[in-house]
Amino acid sequence: MILPASSSHGFDVVVVGGGHAGCEAALAAARIGCDTLLLTMSLEKIALMPCNPAVGGVGKGQLTREIDALGGEQGRNTDRSYIQMKMLNTGKGPAVQALRAQTSKKLYEDNMKRVLAAEPRLYLLEGNAAGIDVSRETIAGVFLDDGSRIPARAVVLACGTFLRGVIVIGEQRFPAGRMGEPPSSRLSENLERWGIELGRFQSATPPRVDARSIDTDKMTVDPGDPSPQHFSFFSAATRRKQVPCYLTYTNEKTHEVIREHLHLSPIRTGSVSGKGPRYCPSIDRKVINFPDRDRHPVFIEPEGIRTRELYLQGLTTSLPVWVQEKVVRATPGLESARIMRPGYAVEYDFALPSQLRPTLEVRDLSCLFLAGQINGTSGYEEAAAQGIIAGINAARHCLGQEPFTLRRDQAYIGVLIDDLVTKGVDEPYRMFTSRAEYRLLLRHDNAHSRLSPLAHQVGLLDDADYEKVVRHESSLKDLLAELGTARVQPSPAVNDYLESCGSSAISSAVTAEKLLRRPHVSLDPLARAAGLDIEERFVPDVRRRAEIELKYSGYIERQRADIERRSRMESIVIPEDFDFGAISALSIESRDRLSRVRPATIGQASRISGVTPADISILSLYLERKAPH
Amino acid sequence: MRANETIAAISTPFGAGAIGIVRMTGPRALDICHRLFRPAGGGDLADAPSHTLHYGHIVDPATGESVDEVLVAVMRAPATYTREDIAEINCHGGPVAQRKILSLLLDEGAVLASPGEFTRRAFVNGRIDLVQAESVAQVVSARTEAGLRVAMAQLEGSLSREIAAVRRSLLGVLASLEAGIDFADEDIDDVDRDDAGKRLQEQAGRLRELIDSAFVGRVLSEGVRTAIVGKPNVGKSSLLNALLMRERAIVTEMPGTTRDTIEEIINIEGVPLRLIDTAGLRNSEDAAERAGIDRSRRAIREADLVLCLFDGSEREDDHDRALINTVPAERTIFVVNKSDLFRGRRPSFNLGLLPAEPVLVSALTRQGLSELKGLIAGRVLGGEIPAPASPVVTHERHKRLLEEALAAVERTLQGLRVGLGDEILAEEVRAAIVSLGEITGEEVVEDLLDTIFRQFCIGK
Ligand SMILES: Cc1cc2nc3c(=O)[nH]c(=O)nc-3n(C[C@H](O)[C@H](O)[C@H](O)COP(=O)(O)OP(=O)(O)OC[C@H]3O[C@@H](n4cnc5c(N)ncnc54)[C@H](O)[C@@H]3O)c2cc1C
Repeated sequence: MILPASSSHGFDVVVVGGGHAGCEAALAAARIGCDTLLLTMSLEKIALMPCNPAVGGVGKGQLTREIDALGGEQGRNTDRSYIQMKMLNTGKGPAVQALRAQTSKKLYEDNMKRVLAAEPRLYLLEGNAAGIDVSRETIAGVFLDDGSRIPARAVVLACGTFLRGVIVIGEQRFPAGRMGEPPSSRLSENLERWGIELGRFQSATPPRVDARSIDTDKMTVDPGDPSPQHFSFFSAATRRKQVPCYLTYTNEKTHEVIREHLHLSPIRTGSVSGKGPRYCPSIDRKVINFPDRDRHPVFIEPEGIRTRELYLQGLTTSLPVWVQEKVVRATPGLESARIMRPGYAVEYDFALPSQLRPTLEVRDLSCLFLAGQINGTSGYEEAAAQGIIAGINAARHCLGQEPFTLRRDQAYIGVLIDDLVTKGVDEPYRMFTSRAEYRLLLRHDNAHSRLSPLAHQVGLLDDADYEKVVRHESSLKDLLAELGTARVQPSPAVNDYLESCGSSAISSAVTAEKLLRRPHVSLDPLARAAGLDIEERFVPDVRRRAEIELKYSGYIERQRADIERRSRMESIVIPEDFDFGAISALSIESRDRLSRVRPATIGQASRISGVTPADISILSLYLERKAPH
Repeated sequence: MRANETIAAISTPFGAGAIGIVRMTGPRALDICHRLFRPAGGGDLADAPSHTLHYGHIVDPATGESVDEVLVAVMRAPATYTREDIAEINCHGGPVAQRKILSLLLDEGAVLASPGEFTRRAFVNGRIDLVQAESVAQVVSARTEAGLRVAMAQLEGSLSREIAAVRRSLLGVLASLEAGIDFADEDIDDVDRDDAGKRLQEQAGRLRELIDSAFVGRVLSEGVRTAIVGKPNVGKSSLLNALLMRERAIVTEMPGTTRDTIEEIINIEGVPLRLIDTAGLRNSEDAAERAGIDRSRRAIREADLVLCLFDGSEREDDHDRALINTVPAERTIFVVNKSDLFRGRRPSFNLGLLPAEPVLVSALTRQGLSELKGLIAGRVLGGEIPAPASPVVTHERHKRLLEEALAAVERTLQGLRVGLGDEILAEEVRAAIVSLGEITGEEVVEDLLDTIFRQFCIGK
């Protein structure tokens, strides 16, 4: 292990935890120009996926895309490591389409490790953090479990499910961060001692079975897209053999077995505490809550190319292993399935995210940042998204630069972090597109247009990559201008096309833009029918973007107007030391809520649940009174 | 600042049925109240301990008659919202009684509170400093919101229950759309568009009914906005005076809540008419009135009811004809004045020009006035105003939000017809739910997720 010359005085940034959040945080800090240490329990387990072997999906995929636009690694690394790629929601509008990749887990880990190792200012160290070093309410470094101390100017904790982690299978309970790995309990105690308030959540994973022991003839094949798209705007197109997934369903027999053994389920025995996610119920829970459903889907996903493990999505459970086997085997196609790894639940501490600033810095402990599952989220994408923001801010702090945050109308990442710090969490937080009020603006296809200029400014996107985004944008601009002026004549070809997509024929020349605003009218066939040579001059991504921008233009304008209206509230800053408790005109409850979250702007204050418009008026009144005139 | 004055205002803009509050704060609040209040159980309000309720009557000192049966809340400084003495008079009678009580308080020396003044006092007394001028706007909106919350409670829940029901149904539609979007890779059927259309139609109907009820609500709380129009010298002000005199109506001068004009209320057989453009009426024979039709046009636009007046003793001219074409026949009562001049004979004015049968009156001799009053009351109460048994929208802001919600639901229905994508339909339904949430103070996302997880079995 070669540490940099500066290491005797410590590092600029120390990141604890080599999971999805930690990797992005460490890469961002190092790339911005800080000497950064990634400290993690095992260098064999970098960016490990303890649950499903997939990245992306609706909502999550947009996060990954945004991470890529910001110069992060998750998108590129998924493109390097996927074994199946699929665009979801193609039957619905482009605003809600999202990519999902099945990855080879080991490949993903190895590729990420290679990227980390190649990063000049990034150092890796295997070790176990036992506490933080604090001097005058500011972080000074971390302590390892052997008592040694690593000084740092900023620390990012990204410890995932490890804080006082306990694994539960049936009646068994034992301390562990993930299966086969020790928990991180001293760190939990240490954080509590520093006044960080912790909560307790739980999450579970299904059993993995041997590919040789299942009968895929009884299942539906679920292949990848014939021409797969990439997560990263910067990835070169690759051709690769894709691996199929399979779909089967549980049946009454499966449910019968579960009902027979429910008394052994941790749900019933109470051996698991902590709140689990509603969107990821165990099969036990599904059978209890939806007794009328005669089947539940089970997606079978390969865990990689060099292993025979198959992940049984939909059969999450922490019943005793012998019951798991009965449940699995009651399901069509899995009658002789052999379990290779049993399913289990893990219970862990998380830090209440309302203690954080929008930069993910702990409000009362300067220079300590928290990212990932430790903030009460779940999922690789949610973790990575927080990682990159924490990494950027830790680095900017060291460089004496202004904080970096994203607004709700700029990015899903903005929605994610604002929700966390403003509303807090009462179950593990996962991204859904319905959480975003400006969903039509926050799309997969325009993530780079939204965020890459910022990433370039921050120093996370190099000139060459940024240049690609700029070229794409200017080509889009040209195309939109052209479509705004190009007149489509009422030729038979054009009218045939229009009628074929259920639109009315035209009798005089109309701009292409106007026609494209109609529902169901698409650019490529229209251009062809109208004899416009657009396909030759613009790449598919640009043509698609143009079409989307035009289709949604009316709604986009409306959303922009709404953003404009609210921007005043977002721009009124509440001073750090503002004493909410002293405003007697506010109700006691509102004073409490505001003091807990300590919002940074009036806009943020207005989103705290229970804070009324009247409270906001009174608050603005005070702030304006305080402002110098 | 009028820090030493005692201020009073009606703090709930509500109509018959609902309990209204007339509020007063300041050093003389309890004293003024004491002079008008006759407690049912005897005793003296001026000595009443803080935070006590007193049952009795408000009595008009001029006549000795009871104006309304009331509950008076006595709150003494400093443990009050304004940190001054407060008297809150909870009245049972409708808006007319509330206004009468307010006018009695003002007669006794209270000053009419300007919008936001209660909160401003609270603020000032909490912090001593002077309030900066530019802050007033915020205080006003704070007061409106606070009033809103009271309003919700006052509606005895029926309006909020109805809105909640509409919102719940819309949330159901949104949940089916959103579940299909956010859980694309799960076992969820696409939304049934026919069913969604039916549910949306139903909710649009309910929203329309609520919006229509706003008229009743406003009539109950503010009176029927009435314009008396006609060219100069047809006798508009005489008609007004005749209506006022005959009724010995309760006439209060009060600043309008939205516009700072002085408006008058006449009570016609229990129907409050609020006369608009009374300034124009009073100065009807002066030069300003020569602007004639133009000025009336505005009044006509704003009016719920138009009394369109002609001089029956003269032949019609171009002005009269223009006016007939301007007024909306369905909201207009045609009145032909000066019947004393053509008694028994045919009027010189050609009645055949009028789209509806006119009432012949003489403002001078009062002939035909009771017929006119009967017609006004019948017009307003008969058919045009439904009985307020169902929920009634009484607040302008609520009405606007309901209209926004309805517009969004209608856009969704239109979107269903032309086959727009689920994500756009969801956008519109969500906009409707957000508007309703601004009335009831609820957010979308958590309720939506709850609905999704209840309706659908989600879970990898
Ligand atoms: C059993 C299980 C089931 C799950 N189910 C789901 C699911 O259904 N859906 C879903 O979206 N997500 C699920 N997840 C969560 C998903 O794996 C995480 O959300 C994601 O990996 C979190 O990323 P992270 O970077 O925050 O933490 P992790 O990926 O957990 O990484 C944490 C890293 O920190 C290291 N570390 C911890 N403490 C210390 C210390 N003191 N010193 C040094 N290093 C330390 C660990 O070794 C590890 O490398 C599940 C996780 C588990 C374990």
